[in-house]
Amino acid sequence: MTSRKLAVVAAGVGAPSSTRMLADRLAAAAIEALRDEFDVEVQASVHELRDTAKDVTNNLVTGFPSPRLAEVIETVVGADGLIIVTPVFNASFNGLFKSFLDVVDPSALGGLPTLIGATGGSPRHSQVLDYAMRPVLTYMHADVLPTGVYAATEDWAGQADASLPSLPDRIARAGREFAARVAVTDRSNRVLDPFALDGAFSVTGGFSAE
Amino acid sequence: MSQNPMQFGIMSVSDITPDPTTGTTPSEAQRIKAAIAIAKKTEEVGMDVFAVGEHHNPPFFSSSPTTLLAAIAAQTERLIVSTSTTLITTNDPVKIAEDYAMLQHVADGRMDLMMGRGNTGPVYPWFGKDIRQGIQLAIENYALLHRLWREDVVDWEGHYRTPLQGFTSTPRPLDGVAPFVWHGSIRSPEIAEQAAYYGDGFFANHIFWPASHTQRMIALYRQRFAHYGHGEEKDAIVGLGGQLFIGKNSQDAKREFRPYFDNAPVYGHGPSLEEFSDATPLAVGSPQEIIDKVLGFREYVGDYQRQLFLMDHAGLPVATVLKQLDLLGEEVIPVLRTELAARRADGVPDAPTHAARVEAQGGAREFRPGANRGDNLTDGSPYQDTASLVE
Repeated sequence: MTSRKLAVVAAGVGAPSSTRMLADRLAAAAIEALRDEFDVEVQASVHELRDTAKDVTNNLVTGFPSPRLAEVIETVVGADGLIIVTPVFNASFNGLFKSFLDVVDPSALGGLPTLIGATGGSPRHSQVLDYAMRPVLTYMHADVLPTGVYAATEDWAGQADASLPSLPDRIARAGREFAARVAVTDRSNRVLDPFALDGAFSVTGGFSAE
Repeated sequence: MSQNPMQFGIMSVSDITPDPTTGTTPSEAQRIKAAIAIAKKTEEVGMDVFAVGEHHNPPFFSSSPTTLLAAIAAQTERLIVSTSTTLITTNDPVKIAEDYAMLQHVADGRMDLMMGRGNTGPVYPWFGKDIRQGIQLAIENYALLHRLWREDVVDWEGHYRTPLQGFTSTPRPLDGVAPFVWHGSIRSPEIAEQAAYYGDGFFANHIFWPASHTQRMIALYRQRFAHYGHGEEKDAIVGLGGQLFIGKNSQDAKREFRPYFDNAPVYGHGPSLEEFSDATPLAVGSPQEIIDKVLGFREYVGDYQRQLFLMDHAGLPVATVLKQLDLLGEEVIPVLRTELAARRADGVPDAPTHAARVEAQGGAREFRPGANRGDNLTDGSPYQDTASLVE
């Protein structure tokens, strides 16, 4: 049985948080699909960003992470898959979600299979997945799954419209599609050299002419 | 001139910051005179180096480091004047070659300099440059500077300045020995690579980032220094920054320094003094606590050549800084010298001095220009002695 590393990040600020709940359910669906369909064992680590909220802010100011935040960042950038979920605040991802991504090196998520999720009070904010979260993660070269899951308050209460897939159905589908990406990556085995120089770098500039 | 195997000194950012405990801000005139007083005190208390930064925007005063350093050199006997840093990106390398060779002459060789890129975006366009090309500028400009100090006549064409045909940078370096160069960096491996390539010194900022980061940067520099054939890894010339505040005891030091820390430019209003002290080389405490922490630096970078401390910043009044220097000179530096000398491995190079570099060259060279003929191209060399030294 092969194994994969899964990082789960929830930017919710409440406790208990529906954002954390969605993150957990997406993770459970992914773990189940990886086990049942791909014979892959998963090591998952879950991080609620509120636990390192002050560390994230300090990193913005000082430029370097505290040991505790460094551990979270290393878990995320070294994973085979990332599930990341934010609540909607004022029509977008919350500040904690963006601040966390702001302290991650812009190239560190390259090729990382990523499943996005969001929670909100109203279903009318569901486009936050594609208009807010996706561009940021795509800029960072994460491999963002086309399917994302948005959970409004009413989704937790049951099925508002019986003609549409339920929240559990959508979570299961996202988990399966995500699992297929995670199963085939060897990302966590790659050795990354933070001091590797760009191939085009020349120590003398390469254009001194006699 | 200092002959110590390890040089200690002060580096100043040249910030003019309000004192958070009183709300008063010194004038530029007061702060510039204070810098000279601090430099003189640095020598008086037995340290070796005073370095100043370069900035071209308020609230900083040091736009013309060589002018300040020349004045300091004239008022001191042993002190080495240096920079922390000289902007290799936005300055014309020709002007750096001229200004610092001039400083080298008036200071009788008691100088060196540190190359830095500058991280203030708006400064670059004022000098017709772009911060996104910072690394390329540092690489190309230094390649030219390196030649200007070593070749009497330079032909040059690059991307970032107008070409040179038959150019001689004057005055030639004192005794024909280029000023010693450190390359300073916080986080760019390209700069460690550059320092290693030329066999120059590498100086880690060692203030803003955790020790583990400095350790990796220095290890990279040492490894590449050996790779380029300048000697073994232990032969590389390493300098570190650092930040101190000394009190009679731990509690007094923290109480006195805390308001300055909490409101300091760059890291203020972020982590607590305690968190920052745990994460970075910042040392605030009794003389013994300072000694213990600084002695620890050697354990992760190896035996090194220069240790500079940042002291006059964040609005600390000059009287406090001078008192800190007294404490440093009386209670900390002598112990550090003894303890580090006892721990130092055999064969580790001494800190660089002009005298040692002249000796390594095989003696001083004198430059007597030939009769002025208006160009350098028609008759070999512009200097009378060159034929005997250069094939």
